[in-house]
Amino acid sequence: MDQTQRTAEYKEYSPRESRLSEERYLLFLEDITAVFDGFKALDVQALGIEHNELRVIIGPNGAGKTTLCDVVSGKTRPTTGYVFFDGADITHLTEEEIALRGIGRKFQTPTVFDSLTTFENMELALPGQYRLWSNLFGSTTKVQEERILEILERVGLIDESHREAKYLSHGQRQWLAISTLILSNPKLLLVDEPAAGLTDAETALTAELLLELKDDHTLIVIEHDMDFVRQLDSFVTVLNEGIIMAEGMMREVQQDGEVIEAYLGR
Amino acid sequence: MFKDGAAKQLTDFLQAVGVQKQSTVTNHGISFLVPWVLFFIGLVVIPVLYYAGLITVGTVNMLGRYMAFAIVAVGLDLIWGYTGILSLCQAFFFSLGGYAMGMYLAHHGGPEGIIDANGWKIPACLYVVYPYKVGEAPADALVPWFWKPFYTLPVTTILGLLVPGLAALAIGFVGFRSRVRGVYFAILTQAITVAGWLVFCMNNMKLCGTNGLTRFDRIAGFQLTNPNVKVSLYVITLLALAGVYLLCQHVVKSRVGRILIAIRDDEPTLRFSGYKPYIYKLFAFCLAGMIAGLGGMLYAPQMGIFTPTNMEASASILVVVWVAVGGRGALSGAILGALTVNLLYNFFTSEKNLLILTWKAEYWQFVLGSLFIGVVLLFPGGLIDLWRRLAGIIRQRAII
Repeated sequence: MDQTQRTAEYKEYSPRESRLSEERYLLFLEDITAVFDGFKALDVQALGIEHNELRVIIGPNGAGKTTLCDVVSGKTRPTTGYVFFDGADITHLTEEEIALRGIGRKFQTPTVFDSLTTFENMELALPGQYRLWSNLFGSTTKVQEERILEILERVGLIDESHREAKYLSHGQRQWLAISTLILSNPKLLLVDEPAAGLTDAETALTAELLLELKDDHTLIVIEHDMDFVRQLDSFVTVLNEGIIMAEGMMREVQQDGEVIEAYLGR
Repeated sequence: MFKDGAAKQLTDFLQAVGVQKQSTVTNHGISFLVPWVLFFIGLVVIPVLYYAGLITVGTVNMLGRYMAFAIVAVGLDLIWGYTGILSLCQAFFFSLGGYAMGMYLAHHGGPEGIIDANGWKIPACLYVVYPYKVGEAPADALVPWFWKPFYTLPVTTILGLLVPGLAALAIGFVGFRSRVRGVYFAILTQAITVAGWLVFCMNNMKLCGTNGLTRFDRIAGFQLTNPNVKVSLYVITLLALAGVYLLCQHVVKSRVGRILIAIRDDEPTLRFSGYKPYIYKLFAFCLAGMIAGLGGMLYAPQMGIFTPTNMEASASILVVVWVAVGGRGALSGAILGALTVNLLYNFFTSEKNLLILTWKAEYWQFVLGSLFIGVVLLFPGGLIDLWRRLAGIIRQRAII
């Protein structure tokens, strides 16, 4: 299918046009542009992410992948356009409001709190505990603790649970960042370069985990590593210079002449 | 070795009664004993020494004042050491508390002055500098409305906490909501301190101008000059310090403490986890402000005078120096730093005849400067960290 055709199909389901949109798409972006100092970093006419979909976004450096994430998570305000999530317009909400609606994010560089231990980092990610009062007097319940330990066990960080995060290796930090994201149990996970700086074995485990999450979450994964993307074997959106260039399964996209040129040409 | 064993036993005991969480004890077993040892010395040893005639009441009084400073330092450690927000207006909050208590004391102060037209006795310190309008005679002086709530001690105590708390709320709300951070917040708070200082210096404000609040006489009916009252005030200050320490200890050990540290480490990320950092910053800042106000309230009766000098810009920076020297990010470090620097101040500002030269009070600035630079360069963790390291070495030796 041609990309213009696909855009037209997306547009048909725009939340502003169609009431069915909510049933079909969890996240819908329309006419999004992000302009920095006259430079158009992002120009997406329409993009929809279905419920329980694992969408991979690829593209060369500077294609606007991270900007797309920034716009969805509220870090960057789009210059024009709308972001709909779960049937509501979230374009003008703050980061924490968007997070509370159920969009979780892992940044490109793993962001963990250095002076806190692995376990404490996980504790902060527990969902539904954002109120000052409950944090002043409440403590982590047994069930929550078991859940934390279960995830740490799964990603092999159990032995590090009482070490401060600053002493963790890069790979371990990646894991911790992903673990906190899993624990916070958002509806939509924005995962920016989860495989960066990981060994092959670690990458394989990451792919396995993400595919597992797909069962009851919706994920957007941004990635450079083509092997990793192949392991995920999902629907791919190719961004180039801020524009959606092609969409499809990885093996189709790889055949696309334009895509090959964008990656290899010039 | 014996000492170490005793320390371990005490640690175990305190752990058993739930004073300390387990995880931190193993790392900082000794350092957390420091405040308890100091507390014991303060509560028992000092009064005993005084009543045995070994130290003067002046020394006890001085220690009481320094502990009022230590209270302010604990508050700053919460907002700066844990949350990473450098506040340069702690002395302003301290002075708001000090002025609250000072007004109470002035109401019940010296006999000079008149009964005004509304039947209120004009405080002596206000009467001597009263800003008369053109055509007014001394008999026309009136007690201003904002002096009146500070007539009774309970209301004064509440206001002495509330006013700095609300001031902190206002500053913090404006600053944190609009995401003023780092050095900009420090500059903002310093500007507010200077503005506050200028306002309090104005005689027209009827706050006694640069003279400050003086002629204190009685607190709750007791003569301030009575040595037993001085010792009592000292003990109250010590208990307040312990209370503030325990309160802050609870905060930093709770999940709020972890959120505060997370704000220090990486505030934007915390936002993406769904937390509203400004709520937590506001909480810490208000708490620190109220604690500083408490310090001021305890300082005023022990000092016997409260002037705008206490809220000069340099006074706030001095609080930062105490915490930096003691070790930020450790509440006991803040106490240690405040007491150490002030005791050194006391020692080095008295004139001494050395062999070839006379030590002058002005030389203190050099000592303070080199102390600050030395600690920052050599022991970034402060005195408490130095103490921890020494204790670690001793423990290792003991094992070998």
